[in-house]
Amino acid sequence: MGTATLDPTLEPILVKGYVHPEVLVTTEWVAQHLDDPNVRLVESNEDPLVYPSGHIPGAVEVDWVRDLNDPIMRDYIDRAAFERLMSRLGITPETTVVFYGDKHNWWAAYAFWVFQLFGHTNARLMDGGRQKWLEEGRPLTREVPAHSPTEYRAPERNDAPHRAFRDDVLAHVQAGKKLVDVRSPEEFRGERLHMPGYPNEGALRGGHIPGAVNIPWSRAVNPDGTFKTAEELRKIYVEEAGLRPEEDIIVYCRIGERSSHTWFVLKYLLGFEQVRNYDGSWTEWGNLVRVPIER
Amino acid sequence: MTASDAERLLPPKLKELLDTLAWLTDPQERYAFLIELADGFRPVPPEVATPPYPRENLVPHCESQAYVWAIEEPEQHTFRYYFAVENPQGLSAKAFAKILDDTCSGAPAWQVTHLPDDLPQRIFGPRLSMGRTMGLEGMLAMVREPARRHLAACAVCQKALKETVSAS
Repeated sequence: MGTATLDPTLEPILVKGYVHPEVLVTTEWVAQHLDDPNVRLVESNEDPLVYPSGHIPGAVEVDWVRDLNDPIMRDYIDRAAFERLMSRLGITPETTVVFYGDKHNWWAAYAFWVFQLFGHTNARLMDGGRQKWLEEGRPLTREVPAHSPTEYRAPERNDAPHRAFRDDVLAHVQAGKKLVDVRSPEEFRGERLHMPGYPNEGALRGGHIPGAVNIPWSRAVNPDGTFKTAEELRKIYVEEAGLRPEEDIIVYCRIGERSSHTWFVLKYLLGFEQVRNYDGSWTEWGNLVRVPIER
Repeated sequence: MTASDAERLLPPKLKELLDTLAWLTDPQERYAFLIELADGFRPVPPEVATPPYPRENLVPHCESQAYVWAIEEPEQHTFRYYFAVENPQGLSAKAFAKILDDTCSGAPAWQVTHLPDDLPQRIFGPRLSMGRTMGLEGMLAMVREPARRHLAACAVCQKALKETVSAS
């Protein structure tokens, strides 16, 4: 990051005062690195129609269902599959991977998080995501790039620093430690809609994990999709919610995608030391036998 | 009623579209077809609604902030459906709105009551995330439920349905 910090295109990020500003790049930085062979742009969306409808020139797609989830287990891909994915996308361990996507970078943050399970730390999010790129009138293409396959040797997936499982969460609750529920206040309070003919939310019970504070993920972003400044974020997460950067914190939502966005905010932008994402989230906890909930 | 009977009771334009989609087995071809539909989506006209749209028209659980209006045409026993999709990246919601408008607006209400629960999967394929499934199912429900209420209260529609079932 030594030379990157001198780059004037990153000035808008540096002035926001983050603890780890190196994890973000601006749309302008991306525009100036479209032909940089050491940079791979990765678009990650919830909606698979979005990438083929037009993406940043040179960007490849990582689809969370097709590319990151194991087809049989409810789990992420293993080392061999990650190596194959990296090879297909033309990524080496040295490549700077820049994620961006729809929905204020939810899915981009989710892909970023999965890459951290394999130790690909040379990763960034494009601040503002697709929305900002489009609003600035920057180019899109429907051409799918063909990057030369690479050799990628990944370490075994290491979940422990970044990921919490249900037993970890139960122990966390019993120890009275903090959790952040990033769903909407209605979901948090268990006030789901029960209109006949409408889908339910994939859980038997509504409510939240005991001890969780509710900070909807969207509070971390500005209307243009960029992250709020460190000072604004500290006001929300530290002053209002009472979270401390040295605390052990678990974040969750419904399936772990919105919460990876908040995981990113706490870990990198505010420099929290121990933040894990519980990807089982409410679809697991709300159905789990013999665990407590709160409403 | 068997599955194939239920299929015959669908609005004919929807049946036609599902037949076309059945041929598009390559996901990329299907995406291209659906993107084209999304490109043709037109939001609710101002004579029906203007922003900010009422909360009662908001599709529950839809992350693309989709809205649905079902305007009844009582004499024809039909509905006109209108949609808005506030998230500009909500392409699936736009494509689905276009399909529902093209195939269900003006179709007899008793046909619309037969829209199958798995319509989103039949159109977008099995690889639907939970969030998208819930949003699309919510849109489906906001089109189908008013038609069901109409059918429950309308002897003419019930007769038409009975005749169609016994003829098939």
